[in-house]
Amino acid sequence: MKAQRLGAWIAIAIGASYFIIPLLGTLEFSLRMRRGAYSFDAYESVFADLQFRETFGYSMLMAVLTIAFGMLLVVPTAYWVRLRLPQVRPIVEFVTLLPLVIPAIVIVFGYLRLYNSSSILPLTGSTSGTNALLMFSYMTLSLPYMYRAVDTAMRAIDVRTLTEAAESLGAKWPTILFRCIFPNVMSGVLSGAFITFAIVMGEFTMAALLNRPAFGPYLQLVGANKAYEPSALAVIAFAITWLSMGLIQLVSRFQKSASPKA
Amino acid sequence: MTTTTATAPLINKRAVIDWLGIAPFAIFALMFLIVPTLYLVTGAFLTPEGTFTFKNLADLFTPTILSAYWISIRVSVASSLGGALIGFFLAWAIVLGGVPNWIRSGLLTFSGVASNFAGVPLAFAFLSTLGRTGLVTVFLRDWFGFNLYGTGFNLLSFFGLTITYMYFQIPLMVLILTPALDGLKKEWREAAEILGASTWQYWRMVALPILWPSLLGTTLLLFANAFGAIATAYALTGSSLNIVPILLYAQIRGDVLHNPNLGYALALGMIVITGISNILYIWLRMRAERWQK
Amino acid sequence: MAFLTLTNIQKSFGLVQVVHNFNMGIEKGEFVSFLGPSGCGKTTILRMIAGFETPSGGSVVINGKDQGALKPNQRNIGMVFQAYALFPNMNVHDNVAFGLKVAGASKTDIDIRVKQMLGLIKLEHLADRFPYQLSGGQQQRVALARALAVKPQVLLLDEPLSALDAKIRISLREEIRQIQQQLGITTVFVTHDQEEALSISDRIVVMNAGRADQIGTPFEIYNTPATRFVASFVGTLNIIEGKVADPATGAVTIGGQRIALKEPIAGLKGGDSISLALRPEAASIAEGSKGDTSLPGEVVSTSFLGSVIRTKLRVGDDVISFDMFNDPGITPPVAGENVSLRFAAKDLLVIRE
Repeated sequence: MKAQRLGAWIAIAIGASYFIIPLLGTLEFSLRMRRGAYSFDAYESVFADLQFRETFGYSMLMAVLTIAFGMLLVVPTAYWVRLRLPQVRPIVEFVTLLPLVIPAIVIVFGYLRLYNSSSILPLTGSTSGTNALLMFSYMTLSLPYMYRAVDTAMRAIDVRTLTEAAESLGAKWPTILFRCIFPNVMSGVLSGAFITFAIVMGEFTMAALLNRPAFGPYLQLVGANKAYEPSALAVIAFAITWLSMGLIQLVSRFQKSASPKA
Repeated sequence: MTTTTATAPLINKRAVIDWLGIAPFAIFALMFLIVPTLYLVTGAFLTPEGTFTFKNLADLFTPTILSAYWISIRVSVASSLGGALIGFFLAWAIVLGGVPNWIRSGLLTFSGVASNFAGVPLAFAFLSTLGRTGLVTVFLRDWFGFNLYGTGFNLLSFFGLTITYMYFQIPLMVLILTPALDGLKKEWREAAEILGASTWQYWRMVALPILWPSLLGTTLLLFANAFGAIATAYALTGSSLNIVPILLYAQIRGDVLHNPNLGYALALGMIVITGISNILYIWLRMRAERWQK
Repeated sequence: MAFLTLTNIQKSFGLVQVVHNFNMGIEKGEFVSFLGPSGCGKTTILRMIAGFETPSGGSVVINGKDQGALKPNQRNIGMVFQAYALFPNMNVHDNVAFGLKVAGASKTDIDIRVKQMLGLIKLEHLADRFPYQLSGGQQQRVALARALAVKPQVLLLDEPLSALDAKIRISLREEIRQIQQQLGITTVFVTHDQEEALSISDRIVVMNAGRADQIGTPFEIYNTPATRFVASFVGTLNIIEGKVADPATGAVTIGGQRIALKEPIAGLKGGDSISLALRPEAASIAEGSKGDTSLPGEVVSTSFLGSVIRTKLRVGDDVISFDMFNDPGITPPVAGENVSLRFAAKDLLVIRE
């Protein structure tokens, strides 16, 4: 028993140092820009960079749009499948998991060939078309996480009973969906939203290959050309991921306390 | 899925509406997931002129491409096995090692974050730590007079990439394996013990066989996860390390292989490899769930 | 010396003492039940015999050998758990064979022994099934066979029937008792179900808050409960509250009426409260029923509980509750009715708090 506990502590210690040292290294490096003293110069340089603000803003906007359109697609689908088409659930679940199977670079490769300027749907021919395509690609990437989050939340509230109750009170479909279902799966929607946010903010492949000025390609560009700014950016990116995951924890904890087990 | 709507006039109105309900999802999936993939898959079997051929697949067996696949597979195997092993011990430590509860919840929360912390920033983190002027490199040099790069170590290599990938592989393993270890009932251990089994016999005959599908399945998932990853590798090594996703990236940007359809074959190869490991993962997971009842 | 001897066993978890100074000797081949509510310490004692918990004090001796230094896997004890605990990755045969296999028995010996064990629990035909393909009752029988396969010196049963349906519970407990007698194995059984304990035990230990309130045969435990706790937990006995009138002659008052008990009351003085037990079959309110004592009172309420009818009766200033056996011949009393409760004073039993 004692040996076991010692082994556990050793495992934890090794794991923790592997996880923590790179974070410390990044933080330390990001403060090293001024010779001989620690400073926030790298961060100042990053925030002063116009491109940083532009790409960051662009990716934020993309994330928000992806979340909005993603939820419009995922929530009604998950709802409909639970309510009316339980027999297709395995298929839908399988499709939602496909983006984990097919590497992102392969998917975007397909887009570039399928939607090039000489195809029937020349999305990449125009800026707005490419922006839309990028958003769709983000929706695809986040599909596994969004669908799972929403579907789990729906399982918890028994959508069928809720719908029948609303119907018996004379509610119409849009009312049911937006007034009854959406608010009740809010925890799932929010979890899905935060993870989508984290994914979109750091995504590199799609944006780089579609040539859009997103945060991911900007990070790569800075990494290739500057010394200390990349570390500052990595710290910022890590903070964004922490924030998103922290909010997911908060939301799920809130949900747990809001729905006591029967 | 949508074909049912069109080909079934005898089906009543309600059924049509039912199927229409998932039409947006079906169209989305077809347009942005299935058709683009199928386009590449079929393209892999066509010449640029559009006739059927196996030549593209045969061309994959050239030294550059084979070595790219070989490095990719090695990095993925190494980082998934390493991630699985360390992840398993961490999960074991927090579930069965008798450490305080705050460590458990701390590690799980951190794993949730770190498993999503891939891509370009991760490469920066490791460059600032194990790069030529990174924290650990400098620390070893200044305090122990140990020249890390003198040993032949290079972050921009197979080994460096493996270490970096493990940063998101280990947490993923911890996240998936912790519930599986939680599912090991205390009574199984006690029953084995009272029947005379040693700790080692319990693990060999009971616990590991029960965990085996989860362990192997998760390792396969980690493998696919590493195999498809590009951003970290690209930011870390530029195009100096010849792995499949980077080769494909270069091909998409500038047709470095001088044959667009060979690019499709390259993509098909990736789909097949990640596809097989994911299918095995799902199958093993179903087996594992049989025992979770 | 008894086959299994527990001497001055104590157990504390942190500051909470869950077992106080427990002593008992269990004879070879005896079936002893530990009965009590959850948290009374009965499972802790069982786990200390198995070696899963280390006593804070005292000793466990089996067949003359102190078990203190032995780990669970060195004690040769069989144990059946509440939640079956069959190994899910093994079929029935391999589960039963497990103990023999880790002991290094040969394959032929294992096969013979497993066959014999499956014959004992009448499940030979299910040898190839996996646990998840079995019902709860079948799983628990396999668990019993697995525990017995290694020929343990003691068999421990930790609430083995609690997770099962009522019907299976009764048939399986009969089966367990029959197998136990057939093999003559010393058995310790933990349960919170008094009917279970009464029906299959040679002796019962009634546990209350970490102490044994009474150790005795089912007959003794049921008919002469030593404490108020035993009476209320085990029996359907009626507890009647009274006051001591004269300890020397054994006189008490119930509802203002003086009744003479069959013997003097030790340890109490005049005016003290006293609890008296009365078996349901010894009391009646029917007209003309026998008994030297009669307590007149008014019925407050009656409730029908299947085999018994529970009546609350106001006698003087007190309300006493008593159960009488259901019988198609009787007319259940109704609230407000004036009746007399008749019984023989010698049937009243003094019980300790």
